Amino acid sequence: MAMQDLIIEYIKDEYLEEDDEVGLDTPLISSGIVDSFSMVSLKTFLENKYGISIPDEKAAPEAFDTVRKIIDLVHEFNPDAE
Amino acid sequence: MNTDKSGTNIGSYEERVKNFTWDAVSQELGFEDGAPRNIGWCCTDRICEQGLGGKTALIWESTQGEERKYTFDQMRLYSNAFAKLLQELGVKDGERVAIYLDRVPSLYFSLLGILKLGAIAVPMFSAFGEEALQVRLANCDAVACITSPRLARKLRKARPGLPALKRVIVVDADDESKLKGDEMAYSVEDAPPVEVFPVFPATEETPSLLHYTSGTTGQPKGALHVHGSILSQYITTKWVMDLKPDDVYWCTADPGWVTGISYGVIGPWSLGATQLVLEVGFIPARWYSAIEKHRVSVWYSAPTAIRLLMREGEEIVKQYDLSSLRHLCSVGEPLNPEAVIWSEKVYGLPFHDTWWQTETGAIMITNYPGMEVRPGSMGKPFPGTTAAVLDDRFEPITEPNKPGKLALKPPWASMFREYWGNRTIYESKFKNGWYITGDRARIDEDGYYWFEGRDDDVINTGGHLVAPFEVESALLEHEAVAESAAIGTPDKVNMEVVKAYVALKSGFEPTKDLELSIMNFVRKRLSPLAMPQYIEFMDKLPKTRSGKIMRRVLRAMDRGEPIGDISTLEDE
Repeated sequence: MAMQDLIIEYIKDEYLEEDDEVGLDTPLISSGIVDSFSMVSLKTFLENKYGISIPDEKAAPEAFDTVRKIIDLVHEFNPDAE
Repeated sequence: MNTDKSGTNIGSYEERVKNFTWDAVSQELGFEDGAPRNIGWCCTDRICEQGLGGKTALIWESTQGEERKYTFDQMRLYSNAFAKLLQELGVKDGERVAIYLDRVPSLYFSLLGILKLGAIAVPMFSAFGEEALQVRLANCDAVACITSPRLARKLRKARPGLPALKRVIVVDADDESKLKGDEMAYSVEDAPPVEVFPVFPATEETPSLLHYTSGTTGQPKGALHVHGSILSQYITTKWVMDLKPDDVYWCTADPGWVTGISYGVIGPWSLGATQLVLEVGFIPARWYSAIEKHRVSVWYSAPTAIRLLMREGEEIVKQYDLSSLRHLCSVGEPLNPEAVIWSEKVYGLPFHDTWWQTETGAIMITNYPGMEVRPGSMGKPFPGTTAAVLDDRFEPITEPNKPGKLALKPPWASMFREYWGNRTIYESKFKNGWYITGDRARIDEDGYYWFEGRDDDVINTGGHLVAPFEVESALLEHEAVAESAAIGTPDKVNMEVVKAYVALKSGFEPTKDLELSIMNFVRKRLSPLAMPQYIEFMDKLPKTRSGKIMRRVLRAMDRGEPIGDISTLEDE
């Protein structure tokens, strides 16, 4: 599964209720879908899935605010991730 | 540091301590002249009677940036409408009505309406999962719940365990066809205005709010508060927040917790202040932008947020005009000296730490405007408050700087009156004529209090208390977990975060995916706050011979400290 689809599927499964939709640019943190504490589990998911380690200073709320930004963040640490 | 006392509401702290009486506060609120003691009335009708009905009470900004303003007269009408609605639905005074909403305007209208009716409001944190919600609403037999379409879906999952819950009112429901069963859509802004609602004739002992908090053992406890608490909330907001008629005040706390009610509703509105509410979560740029746009002058936030703002740095601050700020306060956990010094440098103002608890209902120990702020100190007791640090025999320690149990002498106006349905635990909080706070502190030579730590196993994360027992119980519900323990591990931003120790059932291997599965399981059952941010797998957890998990040993291991006496540890 492509990275975009995988991340969207994870977010839908873990943070949303049944019929909520999320797209590439849906605000996640600023909308409250993912709060600062839940961000830790999202970060863990990305680290596990893409074999990366995201340092705290890069794990700012803005960097996790949309799926598009999350993909950019993953690519920063693993340019080959798909 | 700012030690200018001129023009502060409190003036001389020493004089206020010397002359303080609750009767004088009661007089200010008009109670001595027969004004209703109902908090809902005091925060709306009373302000309108002062000729301030047209003043903005609430500036609300949605996540998408939509802005709405509500006057005190609108607050009065909309809270009347909620009170009437609940009355027509058969809700009686003394019954519990839960509010399970994000920070939307109807949260505030409904809260004040519940109080006007004489029912007991039970605020629920909107990030609570179904189990956390169910445990609390079942404990208090809530008869009604006001919620939103998004949160109604979580409530539905909890509802089978809530036989007393007869009414679910869904606000902001754009599509009523998505409601289920007996859920009822309601839009107060579209409902006919209710000009007059006969408010419940509350006395100072009439129950008002039930705030759930976590203890060291057992399930969360509902701290019951009364309408008389407004005396404390009014006078502390006046003297500590220093609110003036032209201020725009912003309390960043969520109204699902006590701060968001005592200082996000009751305190500021009983003073007729204009306050800002942002629906958005913590996004530094949005926060700074809101301060600039709405000219926020008094800001009450939390150390976790301040430390996150520190992490964002100073450059972002320079992009905004924050010159409207004139007084900053903080609550939730001890404010580290670096944060006080940083705010002085970056905002030109120090954050004033305030200390209090769900049980105290209002600020008890604090740094006052105009008083020297000693970075890292909790400050001094509020006038009318007797605080002390007690030894193990529950006697006051007179020697300066010797740590002990932080205690308060009851009663005070906003003191909790019971833990809902749990008299035994309530009584256990009082020893030798003192209320024992569960915190440890010391008092320096000049009477400043300094936080030393918790006196029990409760985890303070991001300013919220999490009960290890609740986390451990949820962990045990995970299919892979055989044994569990939860402790607080130090964290730079949140003071502590939850760390779990887990022994797995046979057939399960400790993998990273299992770790994530356990984290998410607890998050969804309880709340993101309660989710372990670290999980350590062990073959077997340290237990006493009677089978009790020794959290003390795990905490020492986590912090690299000596493990201490392990003579009661079970044999290998």
